Amino acid sequence: GPHFISFLASPSALTGSALFFHYTWRRNCSSAVMPRITSHYTIFPRDKDPRWEGVEMERFADEADVVIVGGGPAGLSAAIRLKQLAKEQEKELRVCLVEKASQIGAHTLSGACLEPSALNELFPDWKERGAPLNTPVTEDLFSILTEKYRIPVPMLPGLPMNNHGNYIVRLGHFVHWLGEQAEELGVEIYPGYAAAEVLFHEDGSVKGIATNDVGIAKDGSPKDVFERGMELHAKVTLFGEGCHGHLAKQLYRQFNLRENCEPQTYAIGLKELWVIDEKKWRPGRVEHSVGWPLNRNTYGGSFLYHLNEGEPLVALGFVVGLDYTNPYLSPFREFQRWKHHPFVAKTLEGGDRIAYGARALNEGGYQCLPKVTFPGGMLIGCSPGFMNVPKIKGTHTAMKSGMLAAEAIFPKVTAEDPASETAGLHIPEYEDNLKKSWIWKELYAVRNIRPSFHNYFGLYGGMVYTGVFYWILRGKEPWTLKHAGLDSAQLKPAKECTPIEYPKPDGKLSFDLLSSVALSGTNHEGDQPPHLTLKDDSIPVANNLAIYDGPEQRFCPAGVYEYVPLETGEGMRLQINAQNCVHCKTCDIKDPSQNINWVVPEGSGGPAYNGL
Amino acid sequence: YIVTIRVKPDHSGVVTDGVKHSMNPFCEIAVEEAVKLKEKKFIKEVVAVSCGPTQVTETIRTALAMGCDRGIHVEVSGKDYEAMGPLQIAKIFAALAKKEEASLVILGKQAIDDDCNQTGQMTAALLDWPQGTFASEVTIDGEKVKVVREIDGGLETIKISMPAVLTADLRLNTPRYATLPNIMKAKKKKIANMKPADLGVDMVSRVEVLRVDEPPTRLAGVKVETVDDLVAKLKANGTI
Repeated sequence: GPHFISFLASPSALTGSALFFHYTWRRNCSSAVMPRITSHYTIFPRDKDPRWEGVEMERFADEADVVIVGGGPAGLSAAIRLKQLAKEQEKELRVCLVEKASQIGAHTLSGACLEPSALNELFPDWKERGAPLNTPVTEDLFSILTEKYRIPVPMLPGLPMNNHGNYIVRLGHFVHWLGEQAEELGVEIYPGYAAAEVLFHEDGSVKGIATNDVGIAKDGSPKDVFERGMELHAKVTLFGEGCHGHLAKQLYRQFNLRENCEPQTYAIGLKELWVIDEKKWRPGRVEHSVGWPLNRNTYGGSFLYHLNEGEPLVALGFVVGLDYTNPYLSPFREFQRWKHHPFVAKTLEGGDRIAYGARALNEGGYQCLPKVTFPGGMLIGCSPGFMNVPKIKGTHTAMKSGMLAAEAIFPKVTAEDPASETAGLHIPEYEDNLKKSWIWKELYAVRNIRPSFHNYFGLYGGMVYTGVFYWILRGKEPWTLKHAGLDSAQLKPAKECTPIEYPKPDGKLSFDLLSSVALSGTNHEGDQPPHLTLKDDSIPVANNLAIYDGPEQRFCPAGVYEYVPLETGEGMRLQINAQNCVHCKTCDIKDPSQNINWVVPEGSGGPAYNGL
Repeated sequence: YIVTIRVKPDHSGVVTDGVKHSMNPFCEIAVEEAVKLKEKKFIKEVVAVSCGPTQVTETIRTALAMGCDRGIHVEVSGKDYEAMGPLQIAKIFAALAKKEEASLVILGKQAIDDDCNQTGQMTAALLDWPQGTFASEVTIDGEKVKVVREIDGGLETIKISMPAVLTADLRLNTPRYATLPNIMKAKKKKIANMKPADLGVDMVSRVEVLRVDEPPTRLAGVKVETVDDLVAKLKANGTI
C-alpha cells in the first residue's frame, strides 16, 4: 500500500494547532502511533504556541563591563586576569561569570596532568595560596597493550607525553580553587545559572547573554512557577563553554567563524576514580597506554594516574576518537573491558570505584582553530579548542587563552572612548596575541601527530610519524596533514560492520552503565522539556536505527538514548532519558544525521562531580 | 540531591568535602510559606537562619533571594559542627526566637541527610510554645493559626495560638525558583553573624557517634519454580 509521512516536525511547517502531540506516520508495514519526543522552544517557538499566549516574556536586564560564559579554567583565568589588571591600574570593572553547574567544578572532568606554565603566570604564588597541586609526577609509563601483554615504550625526554615538571590534579578541585581566587578579587560568580541565549545589538554585534528560563513543563507549556531568565549585557562577552559549546555552535554559523579551518574532530573521555589497596599505590605515577582493546584503526587510549592526597586514590580513564567507523562500538564498554587487562587489573583488584563521568574533548588542534573574535565577543579555552592532543593537555592552553583575552580586552573596556564600529566591542588583538604566544607555537609543532593516524597502519603509522617527525624535527616539517572530516560522517552503515562482543561486567572491575551513571551524581528537574532536542523526531528511527543500528545507544556514556519497542504495533521508538545526561556533548558531535541539538537544561542540572 | 555519599575511610562519618550542599527541600517549602505569609500581609518580616560553617551563607542567600528580608548566620564549625544535632540547633533557634521576639518559627519537618524529625518539636518544647508539625496547610486567623497536619491516619486540623512553631511537610506549597536578579538583589540584604556562645548556648553533644558504615550489599535474590520450592527454602534458612 502507499506509505507516507504525514507530519514533519520542522519549525516552518508548524502552525499552532499542529503542535499537539500525536502524529501518525507509516513506514513500510508498521502502523503505529509515534509519541512526540521534542518539545523544546528552540524547535517549537513560543510566539507561535497558543499555550504561551499572554505569558509575560519581559526579562530583567543588567549591565556589566565583561560577561563570561563558563566557569572552567579558561573563563576563570580570564576573569581573574581582568580583575588583577583592574587592581593594578586602579580601575573599576564589573565582571560577571555564569556557570550552569550548581557549584564551580561540578561539571569539570579531566585526567589530569597539569602543566603549571599558565598558572605560574597567573599566580606566581599559587603554592602559598593553597592551589591543590599536591601530586608532582614522579614516574611516567607508556605502554602498547595487546590482549594479554604489555609492550613498554620508553618515555624519552622531548616526546610530547613526557610529564616531567607536571602535577597530577583533580581538575574539579583546582577549578573550585580558581573560583575562590576569582571571588576574592571581586568577580561576580553565579553558579546554577546557564547561559541559554546569545543577545544581539541592532548592528548584529553580540550584546550579551540571557540565562535559562525556569518552570517550563515537560510538554513545553508554562508551569505556575515559570520565570524568565535574566539578560546580562556587556561591552564584550567571553564564551568559555568548553569542548563543543552549544552557544559557540550558534556563533560559528552567525559570524562564519569556521570558513578557513577544518571541522573540529573530537574524542570522548570516560573517567573513574578508585580507592585502591594501599600496597598497590604509587603516588605520582602516570601511566598511559594505546592498543588493546581498540584495533589499530580506532584512535584512543587510556590513562591511569596515582594521586597523592592522603588516601590511595587513582584517576583512570579511556579516550576514544569520535572519528571511529564501526557503529557497534561502545566507548563505555571499551573502557570497562580495558580494566580487565592484567596490567590494569592488578592495580584495581581489591579497590572500590567511587566516581564516574565522561566528557568530549578536542582532537583537532591547529588545523581546526576557528576565528576567535567577532563583534561583541570572543571564544576562549576548549571551546575553540587549544588542546595539545599528543600531550593530552588542554588546561594550560585554556588558561593562557583566557589570560590573553583579558589582556586584550582590558584597555578597550576601560578606555574613555573605545572607538568601536559596533555597539559590542570587536577586539581582534586577542587573536593577534594568541598567534604570537606559546600556545600557537605549541599547537603548530604537534599539528601533524593526530592526523598521521589516518594511514593504513593506523596507530603504528602514527607512532612512527611521531617518532620521526616530532621527536627529531619538532614539527618543523613544511606540510600540514588534514583530518578525516566531520566525525559524524565517519560511521559506516551497520550492515557493513561486525557487532563487537563485549564481555559482561563482573561488578568488581567492570560495571554496567546505569550504576556508573548513578555515581556521576547527575540529576535534572524532571518536569522540563528534554534538552537533547531533535530537529526532526522521525529521523532517529528512519535513519539512525535503520542504517546505523542506533549508535547513540552505544556512544552516550549515560544511557540517555534507548530504542524501545512501541507500546502498540510493530516497530521501535527512540526514548530520551534526559535526566541521565552528563553534559558530555558526544551525541551532538557523533549523531550521523546531525539531528540532535544539545541545548542547556535548567541551571544546576547535570552531574555533581567532586574533584574529577 | 542525588549525590553518591561515601563513608570516610576512618568510619567517623560521611565525606562532605567538595560535596555541593543545598537547602533542605522541606526547608525550601518552609521559606516559601513564610514568604507567602508576608506577601499576604499576615507577617511583617521574615528572617532566615542557618547554623554551620561559612558555606551556609550561600544557602541563606538563596532564602533571601526567595524573599526573606534578612539573614542570621550562627557560626558553627569543626568538631562542634560534626557533633551538632537537633538538640543543639533547637537550643539556638529557641534563643533566637526569644531574642527576635518572633511570632512564628517555621522549619522543614526533617532534614533529608539524617531524617531525624526532631528540631521543630524540640524548639517548641524549649520555648514552651504550641507546635503545628507536618503542616500541609497553614491559615492565620487573628492571633491563632489553623494547621492541617498530615498524619498516618489522614489529615488532622488543629488551631494553636501564636507564638508557635510550625514544620513544613511536602504538600504545603511548591517553592519558587531563586532567580538570578533576586540572587543579585539578595547580595544587598544583611546577614548578621554570631556564635552559639553569644546566645548562651553550649554545643556539647550528649550523643557520641561510634562508627558509620555503609549498609551491607544486597545479596542477589533466588528465583524458585514452585510454591513447594519456596516453602522448602524458607524452612531451610530458618524463616519458617
